[in-house]
Amino acid sequence: MNLDFTPEEDAFREDVRAFIKDNYPAELRGAQDEGEGLTKEQMLLWHKVLAKKGWVAPSWPVEHGGTGWTPTQKYIWSEETARADCQPVLPFGISMLAPVLYTFGTEEQKQRFLPGIYNGEVWWCQGYSEPGAGSDLASLQTRAERITADDGKEYYIVNGSKTWTTLAQHADWGFFLVRTDPDAKPQSGISFLLIDMKTPGITVRPIITLEGGHEVNDVFLDNVKVPVENRIFHENQGWTCAKALLAHERSGIAGVARSKRNMEKLRTIAATERSDTGGSLIGDAFFRRKVAELEIDLTALEFTELRTLAGESSGKGPGPESSILKIKGTEIQQRIQELALEAVGHYGAPFLRDLKGSNFSVGPDYAEGLAGQMFNGRKTSIFGGSNEIQRNIIAKMVLGL
Amino acid sequence: MDFSFTEEQSMLRDTVAAYLADHYDFDKRRAAVAKEPGWRPAVWKAFAEELGILGAPFSEELGGLGGGPIDNMVVMEEFGKALVVEPYLGTVVIGGGFLKHSGHAGAADLIGGIIEGKNIFAFASAEPQSRYNLAAVATTAKKDGAGWVLNGHKAVVVGAAFATHLIVTARTSGGERDAQGISVFLVEKGARGVTTRDYPTVDGNRASEVYFENVSVGADALIGPADHGLPLVEKVVDEAIAATCAEACGVLRKLHEGTVEYTKQRKQFGQPISSFQVLQHRMVDMFINVEQAVSMTYMANIKVTDDAERAKAASAAKVQIGKACRFVGQNAIQLHGGMGMTDEMAIGHYFKRATMIESAFGSVDHHLARYEFLSLGHAA
Repeated sequence: MNLDFTPEEDAFREDVRAFIKDNYPAELRGAQDEGEGLTKEQMLLWHKVLAKKGWVAPSWPVEHGGTGWTPTQKYIWSEETARADCQPVLPFGISMLAPVLYTFGTEEQKQRFLPGIYNGEVWWCQGYSEPGAGSDLASLQTRAERITADDGKEYYIVNGSKTWTTLAQHADWGFFLVRTDPDAKPQSGISFLLIDMKTPGITVRPIITLEGGHEVNDVFLDNVKVPVENRIFHENQGWTCAKALLAHERSGIAGVARSKRNMEKLRTIAATERSDTGGSLIGDAFFRRKVAELEIDLTALEFTELRTLAGESSGKGPGPESSILKIKGTEIQQRIQELALEAVGHYGAPFLRDLKGSNFSVGPDYAEGLAGQMFNGRKTSIFGGSNEIQRNIIAKMVLGL
Repeated sequence: MDFSFTEEQSMLRDTVAAYLADHYDFDKRRAAVAKEPGWRPAVWKAFAEELGILGAPFSEELGGLGGGPIDNMVVMEEFGKALVVEPYLGTVVIGGGFLKHSGHAGAADLIGGIIEGKNIFAFASAEPQSRYNLAAVATTAKKDGAGWVLNGHKAVVVGAAFATHLIVTARTSGGERDAQGISVFLVEKGARGVTTRDYPTVDGNRASEVYFENVSVGADALIGPADHGLPLVEKVVDEAIAATCAEACGVLRKLHEGTVEYTKQRKQFGQPISSFQVLQHRMVDMFINVEQAVSMTYMANIKVTDDAERAKAASAAKVQIGKACRFVGQNAIQLHGGMGMTDEMAIGHYFKRATMIESAFGSVDHHLARYEFLSLGHAA
């Protein structure tokens, strides 16, 4: 047991660092520094650079464009990209849909859809949750009826509504869970469909979240006609795909590298801010203890994740233990956001989102938006299976209760 | 021992609650705070003329209702339930508090103007580098003949956009964080040399950066003793803390009740999610937090008139309330699931207000440190 990196791994880290330094888009860096919302094109800039280099999908099998990196190399990659504050690659295509496609899709489906995902040409969104089906996802009601149309081809006619669909306002295509057998047990009658978002009958309506942002949407489907060949895996067995996808969603959610980066930012803020007595806030006995405790929590999470990674490299897939990573990862992200807001004191209060264009600024630049991030961050313990559901999974699948 | 409210206090609560039910539902409030000027002067006028509540804590000889902190508590708790943004705290509790306690020669007239709804006050105390230390004052007031000249920058002054008058702490002697050398001034907002930059806050209020550039005021602008104003500031801020704790109680009650209600209606896995024991226990813990917050709020409002007990009581209450705001607020969102994240539902707005109350007039850490010192003395 040791934590040493090999000389090859150290060299890899140097390569990654140099590549980011030389290739990270200046326009994107600028927009991030300004703290402005990114345009659709900006959100894809880094993706396209990585696709060209061949590094956009490290986890995919090599034959589909994966890098073939070892778990340690992937770990170095995520650490270095977070350290350099790179915009994360959007997960919908690369890490949510693609594993389903290359695991369950036909050869034809893989060839049709994987290149667009890889190159960032097609923007995907996830149609899972419904107003009445959140934690209890299997109770979803969106109905797909199979018909033979006048052209002699088979289609699904989809009716229903999806919600919390992240960035659907930009999406070209969506992957949807729909009910194809209303009489079967909840998990047994579901199918996994790929739907072109331009199909007639689809309406996307913004949901404004409590910090004022537009990230998520309602998606309404009204007699949407979907060719049968857009179904992944067998009819009524879409839940198998969904479960695989959710496990992927969970394993990435620990966000250790990004939390480490945000801890650094927190320390910088606390070193700049004054305490009640006029020294730097990081010297304040109360505040520094909270930072220290949080760093220890984050170390515990990091080593738990490393153990999981080591398990994966020896052939074990991400098991129900990945729920630990989701629970602790999101709690730590939220805690960092709380402490950052605490650190800036009075200047956490201004709400300047609507005054942006006028170059209006109040207090230190780093204070801007921290309250909004903290409010928005409450979602992380709700989405991807709420932390209560994750505890149920551990109780049932790990402890056998 | 008696924890009951007087008949007058119960009537005050009913009057305020009935008015807010008719004029201050969530949609009306949301529409008002989303646009300029960010508050409703007509509501303020009704507080003064129709309800007569702006005189609640003032003596009858000043034209008030003859109440005190308990009356402020009653009003503020109801305001918390409706997320009222009109400046009762800044005007009646803080502005009125300074005037009442200072023996200022113009106090009776100015309080008369508060009760009539004409005088509106904002408390310009915090500065960019002050954090929560009331003695950390870099704004200066220099003697100029009989009067004073003020220079400085006050940060995140809540309600300054609505105010006719500012209560300003300024340094008349000593170093930037010295307890000695602080004086309190009454400055008309329209005075030459006063400028503001107004902006909304994340909880639907309005605040401003307020700048003083060679602002000349007369000798009568001084409130309380020159150089020795800090004890007066602390006393009024403790009263403001007691009132803010009461507002928090209203906010916390709504967060808890809204959550219990929602979990009874929301069905998953074929049953209301309120039937899951893990959520029941969470809501019980929220309830315990709310009840403890209410208890500490009563304690603080009873003891706030006793100068020997006041500071400890206010800090103890603020610690308890700050913790409750975080626990109850965050769990209210969690138990609402995705719905709790939407701007459309009221629950998120209560959560945002609760989060801001956590640090208003000092964070949990600040008040824990103050309590520690008052109760245990200096650390070894």
